[in-house]
Amino acid sequence: MDNSISNYILAIVATDEKKVLPGGCPVILASDQEEQVKVSLLLARILGGIVHDLENGLYFICRH
Amino acid sequence: MEKYGLAIILGIVAGFIARWLMLRSDHRHYPTYPHGQLTHLALGFIAAGLGAVAIPAIAKPDYVAVTFLVLAAQQFREVRNMERESLNHLEETKIIRRGSDYIEGIARVFEARNYLVIMTALASSAAAYWLSWQYAVAAAIVCIGFSLLLMSGSYIGNIAEVVAAQVNFEGSLLRVDDVIIMNVGLPQTRKKILQEGMGVLIKPKDDDARLTLDAPGQRMAIVHDVVSILGSKVEINETELMPVARKNPDQGYLAVFIVANEADLDYLMEIIRKVPVLESARGTTLKSYFGRKAAD
Repeated sequence: MDNSISNYILAIVATDEKKVLPGGCPVILASDQEEQVKVSLLLARILGGIVHDLENGLYFICRH
Repeated sequence: MEKYGLAIILGIVAGFIARWLMLRSDHRHYPTYPHGQLTHLALGFIAAGLGAVAIPAIAKPDYVAVTFLVLAAQQFREVRNMERESLNHLEETKIIRRGSDYIEGIARVFEARNYLVIMTALASSAAAYWLSWQYAVAAAIVCIGFSLLLMSGSYIGNIAEVVAAQVNFEGSLLRVDDVIIMNVGLPQTRKKILQEGMGVLIKPKDDDARLTLDAPGQRMAIVHDVVSILGSKVEINETELMPVARKNPDQGYLAVFIVANEADLDYLMEIIRKVPVLESARGTTLKSYFGRKAAD
């Protein structure tokens, strides 16, 4: 349909390295939430995806 | 010979007027293609000509001519393909798509209109040939009225109630009232959505309407019509502000979310009420025995 998740996760932006494991997806560490938001925004614009919030300190970029 | 001439002219005029009036009613489907309108008027003229000469040809009697007329009528099948193809091509460059249900509906309507034109022309020329021109005018008026009635179809406003709703966030989940639309990550996007986003609920009046609204094609049509009039702030590759229609699975009502260029909630609701119910999406559960029983 018009916008369901049709592609995989393009990148994960984390502030806490303990929350992520290596698994085939680029993971970018940010030092604080402000940087995390900014990096996510930039990545989303560059990759043509949109930013989603997992509400546990992880942001990820996904294309719809 | 005079009689033939009068019958043919009256038939052509009646058919052409019918096509013209029906063209006026499809501006919403077909907003900005003047050349497309000319094509359809020209085809309508040919259709009117076909209908108008049928009766005189039979009366003459010239059966070869009649056979050719039947062959010519087949050409109007092409109209549907023509519409479908051109709309499908345009679809590729659209951010908000019409959806194939909508395109198929439009194409079918365009084909049907030409047959109505043929019938109008046929009826008028028959009346002119066997009765008199006064009867031909009357027949034309009745046929045109009937055609317009047939072509009007029903709208979302007839099958559902459209009410305003609140756009809100539950954590990172964007909701319209209690219907979850999507996950929005960025704080600044959330702020923008809360400031400018509009939400509307479409509540179906019965089980048929619920099935109709359930169809993805129908939802795309709703979103497309809204965006084609109010505009949308969604950008290529930045789909956060994508207008969407999602349903509440338990109650069956739809929630429409949009960040429009013109943030006018009243007109948004009015536009949604005027969206046509697509033939291919129309729910008919209440017309079946088991559907009626299950709905009890």
